[in-house]
Amino acid sequence: MDILITGLLLGGTYALIAMGLNLQYGVARIMNLANGEILVAGGYFAFIAYSAAQLSPLLTIFLVAPLAFALNWLIYRIMLQPLVNRAKSRGQLETDSILATFGLSFIGVGLMLSFFGGDYFSYSFMAVPVELLGNTYGANRVVSFVMAVLICGALYIWLNRSRAGLSIRAIATAPSSARLVGIDVKHLSALAFALGGAVTAVGGALISTYLTLDASTGVVFTLKALIIVIMGGVGDVRGTIVAALLLGILETVVASLLDPGLTLAAAYVMFLGILLFRPQGLFGKKTT
Amino acid sequence: MNLTATDIRNLILAAGALGVCALLPLGDNGYWLGLGVTVAMFTVLATSWALFSGPTHYISLATAAFFGVGTYVTGLGIDSLPFWVLVGLAGIIGAVLAALVGLATLRLSGVYFVIFTLGLAELVRQVITWVQNNSGQKGLYVLTDLDEAGIYWWLLGLATAVFLAGWLIGRSRLGFALRIIGDDETVAAHSGINTALAKVMLFMVPGAVAAMTGAILAPRYVYIEPSLAFAPILSFQVVIMALLGGASRLWGPLVGVIPFTILLEVISSNFPNQTTLVIGIAFLVIVYLLPKGFVGLLDKAMIRFNGREGA
Repeated sequence: MDILITGLLLGGTYALIAMGLNLQYGVARIMNLANGEILVAGGYFAFIAYSAAQLSPLLTIFLVAPLAFALNWLIYRIMLQPLVNRAKSRGQLETDSILATFGLSFIGVGLMLSFFGGDYFSYSFMAVPVELLGNTYGANRVVSFVMAVLICGALYIWLNRSRAGLSIRAIATAPSSARLVGIDVKHLSALAFALGGAVTAVGGALISTYLTLDASTGVVFTLKALIIVIMGGVGDVRGTIVAALLLGILETVVASLLDPGLTLAAAYVMFLGILLFRPQGLFGKKTT
Repeated sequence: MNLTATDIRNLILAAGALGVCALLPLGDNGYWLGLGVTVAMFTVLATSWALFSGPTHYISLATAAFFGVGTYVTGLGIDSLPFWVLVGLAGIIGAVLAALVGLATLRLSGVYFVIFTLGLAELVRQVITWVQNNSGQKGLYVLTDLDEAGIYWWLLGLATAVFLAGWLIGRSRLGFALRIIGDDETVAAHSGINTALAKVMLFMVPGAVAAMTGAILAPRYVYIEPSLAFAPILSFQVVIMALLGGASRLWGPLVGVIPFTILLEVISSNFPNQTTLVIGIAFLVIVYLLPKGFVGLLDKAMIRFNGREGA
């Protein structure tokens, strides 16, 4: 039972990170492989704010979000928009954006290594036990989960109820038709990409309260987020959340019953199963 | 087989170049030979990578996984089997592994393939580490009488095989089918080409070659452990070198391997902390400045030159 709850708590934060990637891939059509580095950068920011100014990570996220938003907006406008413009096909854009974001990812790791060094960083924030259903959990995990649920919920309502959200969903479904009904695809793609980056960075700040990170862990989170997005179905918020919770539980089960060193291998086996049996995602409909 | 005069001339030239390369260990046994081994290794890896990724445009990051499997084949079998058997065995295992990966991912779009191969080295590494932890064994010693020159000649032999295979594939029905797939997969499928099968078959080539390269290089490491054998950075270096040179020609990757190996050598000996940054910048250079590699640059120059002559 406590494995299940620990897994759910972990999965909540995963859901947040994967939502960020899903906005970037589903709407802006950029498979952003530098996503994990944005996450680690958010974690660093929270770490520095906490150790230098005793600023609670729960407040830091209100600083991290606009900064990450601005940074990702600039990245999209300066680096990725030209690729979108020159791409003759969806396949070419995918190849180009994968290579370009790999470059960004390595540059991000390189910059963080030279600024902060290669050491692990962690800090003790709200490391007090909380009792839930007869077992105890770290308060930082519970608080991160609650924050992740709040942000995911807000995003979900915004995407489903607001006009901007409607337009964004339209682009995710049919980018070329969206333009015909007067949606500013370029502007909203940049917005979605920036928003995705902001969500991921906030996820990083939250995850840094209870996980130890270092400059080069980003790629692990990128991989997990990618697996979640594909499992849940591209552009599918509900599927992303279910997939993230499943992955969180699976990882916790493997880590506590088998070996903590096998978590990524377990995620991969799950990914392979999805590729073989449901490549369109958990709730996706079969296309042609 | 119909060979034109140009084909025969190119074959003779290639054989001559190979002969010159084979003489390197006689001239120097230290720094230059070491560099020669690295260049030969990346030539083999990048050329075989481009054989698959050039025509299909799929970006494979599985090199490190196959390479690591190859080193482990040598590491585990060196006490009981002769070296050349191990190299062959590594090739077979690499090909089978590539076929399995290909069957799972190559039916789908390119993104799935990239993501899957990205984590493949990590997956195999975690499993091997886990097995080793449970069996109480940490790493493997590979002690042979194979010296640096021997490794170099082995790699040169493998490189020859890769170039020959690439040349033959280019002339075969499979090569023709792959060029059509690369141009337009829908057209290829409609003209009766089994696109998934063709891609899986071709993907077995870099899989086998990378595993054989790993098997050949294992004696150089002497001591093998998972984090060394499955270093993911290898996959990225191979992608950069192949694309920097240009994946559209058989000899394209070679043009990228030599300058980038030397660049990395210089960077890692002078600024060891900046290698990740250099790799990142190299990716951006490829995407924004050299989308077709040095080969594309050369082609453009040729067209301009010929155009002026015609006018």
